Amino acid sequence: MRARRSIGRGGRRRVRRGGPAAALRAAAVALALGLPGAAWAATTTPLDYLSGAGEKTNAITPLLWFLIWVSIAVVVIIGGLVLVGALLRRARRSSPAEVPPERTRSGLSWITIGVGLSTIALLVATVWTVSTSAAINEPDEPYGLTLAITGHQWWWEVEYRGDTPSETFETANEIHIPVGVPVRIELRTADVIHSFWVPALTGKTDLIPNITNVTWIEADHAGVYRGQCTEYCGRQHAHMGLVVYADEPQAFEAWRQDQLAPAATPDAELQVGLAAFTIRCGACHTVRGTAAGGQLGPDLSHLASRSTIAAATLPNTIGHLSGWIADPQGVKPGNLMPRLDLMGTELDAIRTYLLSLT
Amino acid sequence: MSAVEYERAPVIADGGFETPAAERLEKIWETAPGIRGWLSTVDHKKIGIRYIVTAFVFLVIGGIEALVMRVQLASPNNTLLTPEAYNELFSTHGMTMIFLYASPILSGFSNYLFPLVLGSRDMAFPRVNALSYWIYLAAGIFLYSSFALGHGPNDGWFNYPPYASREYNPGPNIDYYSLGMILLGISTTVGAANFVVTLIRARCPGMSINRLPILVWGTVTVSVANLIAVPCVSLAFFLLWLDRNYGTHFFTESGGQPLLWQHLFWIFAHPWVYVIVLPAMGMVSDGLPVFCRRPLVGYTPVVLGTITTMVLGFGVWMHHMFAVGVPFVSTSFFSAASFVITIPSAVAVFAWVATIWTGRPVFTSAFLYFASFIAMFVIGGVSGVMTASVAADLQLTDTYFVVAHLHYVLIGINVFAVLGALHFWFPKMTGRLMDERLGRWAFWIIFIGFNLAFLPMHLTGLFGMPRRIYTYPEGFGWGALNMVTSVGSFLFAIGVLLYLVNVFRSLRSGARAGSDPWGAPTLEWATTSPPPPYNFPVIPKVASRHPLWEKQLGEGIGESSVRRGLLLDHGREIPGTSGLDGDPDVILKMPGDTYVPFLLAVALAAGFVGLLLQLWWLIGLSVIGCTAAVIAWLWPRAALGQRADRDRARARGTVA
Repeated sequence: MRARRSIGRGGRRRVRRGGPAAALRAAAVALALGLPGAAWAATTTPLDYLSGAGEKTNAITPLLWFLIWVSIAVVVIIGGLVLVGALLRRARRSSPAEVPPERTRSGLSWITIGVGLSTIALLVATVWTVSTSAAINEPDEPYGLTLAITGHQWWWEVEYRGDTPSETFETANEIHIPVGVPVRIELRTADVIHSFWVPALTGKTDLIPNITNVTWIEADHAGVYRGQCTEYCGRQHAHMGLVVYADEPQAFEAWRQDQLAPAATPDAELQVGLAAFTIRCGACHTVRGTAAGGQLGPDLSHLASRSTIAAATLPNTIGHLSGWIADPQGVKPGNLMPRLDLMGTELDAIRTYLLSLT
Repeated sequence: MSAVEYERAPVIADGGFETPAAERLEKIWETAPGIRGWLSTVDHKKIGIRYIVTAFVFLVIGGIEALVMRVQLASPNNTLLTPEAYNELFSTHGMTMIFLYASPILSGFSNYLFPLVLGSRDMAFPRVNALSYWIYLAAGIFLYSSFALGHGPNDGWFNYPPYASREYNPGPNIDYYSLGMILLGISTTVGAANFVVTLIRARCPGMSINRLPILVWGTVTVSVANLIAVPCVSLAFFLLWLDRNYGTHFFTESGGQPLLWQHLFWIFAHPWVYVIVLPAMGMVSDGLPVFCRRPLVGYTPVVLGTITTMVLGFGVWMHHMFAVGVPFVSTSFFSAASFVITIPSAVAVFAWVATIWTGRPVFTSAFLYFASFIAMFVIGGVSGVMTASVAADLQLTDTYFVVAHLHYVLIGINVFAVLGALHFWFPKMTGRLMDERLGRWAFWIIFIGFNLAFLPMHLTGLFGMPRRIYTYPEGFGWGALNMVTSVGSFLFAIGVLLYLVNVFRSLRSGARAGSDPWGAPTLEWATTSPPPPYNFPVIPKVASRHPLWEKQLGEGIGESSVRRGLLLDHGREIPGTSGLDGDPDVILKMPGDTYVPFLLAVALAAGFVGLLLQLWWLIGLSVIGCTAAVIAWLWPRAALGQRADRDRARARGTVA
């Protein structure tokens, strides 16, 4: 069992520093905001896509930076031409009517040269784009793992497909993958359109009713990568996050074995909590190995092994978990988990039981 | 009336604004005073100004919505707005700016300017013109009544099902939006038809198509596009409305195909992007050269670029859908097409830059807007090129990078052009110049505020902030950037407020303009400011692209004549001209002021209210009202009965 990590507010986050991309990022910030910005660039940006950490993003990121620098160059050049041209050629009169119109030069060569240069840049961009798209279309090696992800308003259902039913299990909102292995991801939705996005590992793929979309990810080093729904999906679109843990192969295998097991059998003390949970929560949530088998909400069989709750919205601490169970509408207004008005003792029992589900 | 009446050899006379002929024309063309004239006028100038004023009102409303959202987003975990309130706000903001401001404001300028720059007295279909405005107003009120009643659209302007379906969106919000968009589509369509026919048929003699101002090219190009694109979205909204109310399954997941909506919507909505920028680019192409004291560099390439952009604009819609899971081959095609569409835009950019470099720019407020427009255009353009790259777009899409991009397009290319154009044409419309000092202050505040708000937003996007989220947590690196954007947006708003103060002050106490305060080349400056109801005492005849600059430039074949031309004073008359060369071939009899367009719009709007509330009696009344109005509209009248007369005349053998 790995140590719990906190991802939400104030917790540990994916930090990617060093290397040319980070330096460029700092430079870009400094350009935009002046020197105070450079200092501020040291803050973490867990959803940025300026540097990659996987097979796909390692191909996309250089293209993106090429486009960024070409764009900046074009803006500086044209902006400069407008400014310098206007100042150099300025007629210092208060009204244009005082300056007689004339056509001394046709000026057409500006268009010929300018459009010619633009076309070259566009050609390079097109070829680079198409070759990058081809390169990231499918992984070079065979898939080592298949996940079926189903989007719900407003959380992610994650099914690890095994060769047999006994090798298959379900979890939610937090994905573990082995480093260096291409992972096939099938995307479906249970309701409206969502979009799957883990910027450090892959661009977006939509989850659309009636369609199974397929994407893949491969992390090249261990780390915690933040993801997010990016297709507007209603009231709590803002709070539909996910977290990808890229683990070393042994660590991943250990995690997988933990997840495959049904929930721990509660001792006498926890029986009260299990009973309350089954009655109060079991219609929507599943805890494998118990009578709670609801399908509407996330599978909670190993809830305590996750570092966040409510779709990567809150860190999975005792305080936040209590607050969430007691008043989910206060945390994510409009979400589909009702406020149950639990008695204090009931809430305690359920929370204690959930925290035992490692 | 005999055939001689419209095939007579018209009197050629000297023009003048104080002559008896001018007085006669004034009586023929003037609008009745008071509420009667207000509801019945078909004067294109009044309708154009109405469009502009109404669109500005929507701009201000949409701007206030934006400011409320900027307060909510200024800091992490803000709770000023509930998620539902935020979602209605961003959806309504988009709808307002895209549909109720950006396109109508350009229609306003075009309505006002078309007959003036074309040297005529009215649009081809004056009553259709009035109808188009009244329906626009009705649709605007219809759409906004939903917001006022707390049922504003809440699925974005793009309105993707199944979130827009009854199942996930049970309120009346989306029904309002669907029906309102269909109603607005009628306004857009009839307006577009009017622009197209006006270009083809209602110009002054000699106005061949290679002499048209670029604004005319821009507006007509997008009008043709509208005639093709608007039916797609009207159909889509109608099918969605059926899904929601009558259990059909066009877009539902059970039996239908939610993805179909996205195709129908973007086949309309991508061309729409060009609809709301090409006429604005046209205004800059016409306005900028006046302040650079030379003709636009590369008229022909710019015109061809305008048309090429629109044609290609129909082949790039999938770049809004790169993430929906289409195969690599088709994304590559649409990616390449999206790169190619940059080229005609580059033509325009270099034409403007060259116009500055080979001209003698005079720094007025209008020039400042037009020149900065070029830079904003380039920023919005290159960020668009970045999203054209499918691999990069899969990262960029649906983040604030795209929000920054589209605001550079919509504000940079549309609003900056419009603010400059208003400085430029305000004296023509009102007879008074806008104050330059206040104008510059407003410009610089707007320029700095806008860029402060939206330039850092590119970074917010690169740092991964998703669009359409009502709040965001700390620790993602977005807080400071959002604060800067919010501060910038308020500065921007102060600039716009100052601009409006300038407008109202100048209306009352601006310096008198005279007919041609800028020394400009085109026909609208050949008449008084503001123009009389009949525009020109005699119909001008043009021999070049710049009738008022001919002497200085030594341009054209022969000489344009704006002081002597066709009088046409037997009732409301304009010359009908041939499509390409602008040769006059008939005298067109024009309808006068009438309440019918207003009544038709009211009846139609009542029908849409009936559909919304499913009040069958109201729908019945509306059908009766619309039918009656159309009959009244089409009722044969001798004064307008050109075609019938011609046939009768042929039968009598009086016409060859």
